[in-house]
Amino acid sequence: MRITLRDIRKQYGKVNANDGIDLEISEGSIHGILGENGAGKSTLMKVLAGYTVKTSGTILLNGRPVEYDHPSQATRLGIGMLYQDPLDFPPLTVLENFMMGLDHGLISREEAYRGRLNEMAGHFGFHLDPAAPAERLTVGERQQLELIRLLALGVEVLILDEPTTGISSLQKQALFSALRKLAGEGKTILLVSHKLDDVEALCNRITVLRRGKVEGEMGLPFESKRLLGWMFGNELPPPPCFERRTEEGVMTLDMEGVSASGGRAGLSPCHVAVRQGEVVGLAGLEGSGQGLFLRLAAGLERPETGKIRVAEKDMTGKDHHAYRARRVTFLPAGRLEEGLMPGLTIMEHYALHQEGAMMIHWPNAQRRAEQGIERFRIRGSPLSVAESLSGGNQQRLLLALLPANPSLLLLEHPTRGLDMDSVQWVWEKLMAYADEGTSIVFSSADLDEIFQMADRVLVFFNGVVVKDVRTCDTTMEELAKAIAGKG
Amino acid sequence: MLLFPENSLPKELLIRGLFITGGVLCLTSLVLLVAGAPPWPAFYHLFVGALGSWSKLAQVLTVWIPLTLCACGLLYSFRVGLWNIGVEGQVVAGAIVSTSVLRFGLESGSPFFVIVLAFAGGMLGGSVWAILAGFLKTKGGVNEIFGGLGLNFVAQGITLWLIFGPWKRPGVASMSGTELFPESLWLPTFLSSRLSPAGLVLAVLALMAATWVLNRTRLGLALKGIGSNPKAAYLHGLNPNIYFILAMGLAGGCAGLAGAFQVTGVYHRLIPVISSNYGYLALLVVMLANYRVWGSPWIAFFFACLNVGSIQLPIVLKLDSSLSGIIQGALVLTTLLVYGLRNDRP
Repeated sequence: MRITLRDIRKQYGKVNANDGIDLEISEGSIHGILGENGAGKSTLMKVLAGYTVKTSGTILLNGRPVEYDHPSQATRLGIGMLYQDPLDFPPLTVLENFMMGLDHGLISREEAYRGRLNEMAGHFGFHLDPAAPAERLTVGERQQLELIRLLALGVEVLILDEPTTGISSLQKQALFSALRKLAGEGKTILLVSHKLDDVEALCNRITVLRRGKVEGEMGLPFESKRLLGWMFGNELPPPPCFERRTEEGVMTLDMEGVSASGGRAGLSPCHVAVRQGEVVGLAGLEGSGQGLFLRLAAGLERPETGKIRVAEKDMTGKDHHAYRARRVTFLPAGRLEEGLMPGLTIMEHYALHQEGAMMIHWPNAQRRAEQGIERFRIRGSPLSVAESLSGGNQQRLLLALLPANPSLLLLEHPTRGLDMDSVQWVWEKLMAYADEGTSIVFSSADLDEIFQMADRVLVFFNGVVVKDVRTCDTTMEELAKAIAGKG
Repeated sequence: MLLFPENSLPKELLIRGLFITGGVLCLTSLVLLVAGAPPWPAFYHLFVGALGSWSKLAQVLTVWIPLTLCACGLLYSFRVGLWNIGVEGQVVAGAIVSTSVLRFGLESGSPFFVIVLAFAGGMLGGSVWAILAGFLKTKGGVNEIFGGLGLNFVAQGITLWLIFGPWKRPGVASMSGTELFPESLWLPTFLSSRLSPAGLVLAVLALMAATWVLNRTRLGLALKGIGSNPKAAYLHGLNPNIYFILAMGLAGGCAGLAGAFQVTGVYHRLIPVISSNYGYLALLVVMLANYRVWGSPWIAFFFACLNVGSIQLPIVLKLDSSLSGIIQGALVLTTLLVYGLRNDRP
């Protein structure tokens, strides 16, 4: 099936996730969609799969315009999507999952479907035990099951969202050969990924999205350098690098062979030390281990191996409150989910930070809240509840609540979702802390931000710190390559 | 879940109130009609049965006291985000400890001292029972609802064992409970009624304490913060597990006082149904009061009226007294429904 997308737009509030996308995908091709986090790839695929309703634009299948607003309608038209986290029913068996949505009558015809399942799995060289519960399968096997299920539903167009994350290299080979076989049989495959290597190895055409628009398109043979340029937009030279004093001073944070599991990628043993007053940016695709790294450094997660020292004191295995006592502060990305207490007012947040006395001195709390609101230019009153504040003001409140002189500030996406004014303001405050000797470690999806703010950058790929370099000694291109796993 | 958002307009509240009242009347009338009874006389006798005379009012208040005590306790546990369904067992545990104190004090020359001790013991018993559920949650990962329910059954079992075993009445053990305590160990009552002024004072004190703790102290604010977002509260330096235990201890203490009141002020012995299900009822009270301190005593009073008023129904109308339960249930359901429908609108 040939797919044509014309001027697809999708707005979330003020944000244009897709900003007029035109795309042509020919029958029997494997088409790669590349882009950074937030480039609009997932939104576009969800629109195509009927999971999200587009704001405007036209979708044509074999030249005929179609309208649909539900995944099941898309499936009926022959479009199926394989999500990053397979949408199966974990307690049911492989066979039952396979039959889900296929078997309609009152009497289930297990035998017939068992035969079909085995035949299709055999066709692609997958090994699936029909009687095994889905929850005992690996991610790769669940993906194989979902793939077969979609094909049995009669899908002609297959969309795969980050299919190679979390599966073994053997499973990746099996998946790729299955996809090539399907393309050969005339199916149309769309592959969404951050991983340049995978896309280059599999696809015969690549489209790069950036900031909701098509940045460029390329057929075989691919030129990695140009693709990376399109992805990360290195048409702009990196901002001038400024030297800060980071050579002297004690080690605020010292991680020695620290590893942990959790998240999608876990964290492989890493050696990282951060000096007093140093600003370190964590780059990498979402979920490559940066979040886990920050939580380990905050004592919110326990390492499986290695030692963590804060200001030269061994803190391995201690809880976050022990880290807090050593003036380590963590600000999570989920400001309302993890950082603030919805239902509590600004004044109540301040009152909780009062030390000592059993009674709350409300006038005092009110005064301090008013001072904080004034100093941090929070748009709200002492009686505003946390959830009534905008994202930028929530972040200002979190910063306003920081202890007086933190030794280590760990920030997860500190400027995500903020307007330009707030971003600038937040960094002014953070830099003032750094000048006072506070070490700052922050994660960001924005390479420009890291170049501008950080003295040093760590690049995470699949749970491994693949690069640890001073921002002055590297280039945008080098980092982009490391992020895409070509370091 | 906020049933009555703090900032909603009085007009809106009024409309919701009307919807709820209408819904309750409709549902209850429907049940009455199906049962073949005339609705209006039923409602009339319910009202007269509860507030028709001073002695009825005294009975209502005697129900109100333990119900309010339990509700006060639940305010703490709800505030920290726990569903303390074990409150029922905590009432029973309080009653058991209270009974054992009174049994030890039978020979004592100072009944006042024994009664005070019985209340202190009741509070302790309820607290320990609640803290047990708290530890099951924080140390064992057992959800407080399941832990609480389990402990309810255990407390009930212990009661029955005591009544039929070690504390059985001389001669025959029976469902009517242990032997009656001498009148000197009864909570003094108001003139000829069964109403105890000390009980009233206790309930009002518990309400005032809850107001003070929840609004004025760091403890109260910490409970609110943890109830709102335990992860964030932890990042702000609070240890949720400690506050879970504290809140459970306070909740159980109040429930234990209710149990002690049931023994010293109402039944003057330990009976198998010593809690009269006031714990479960108090959960509904606090929910309907939207987890606010000063909403609770009014709802508790209304529920007490229903309980006392319905006692008449079998005699006057040949209706079962479970009508009060139906009204209480209908009230909770319509309230949830009215607010659920409202919140559905984007």
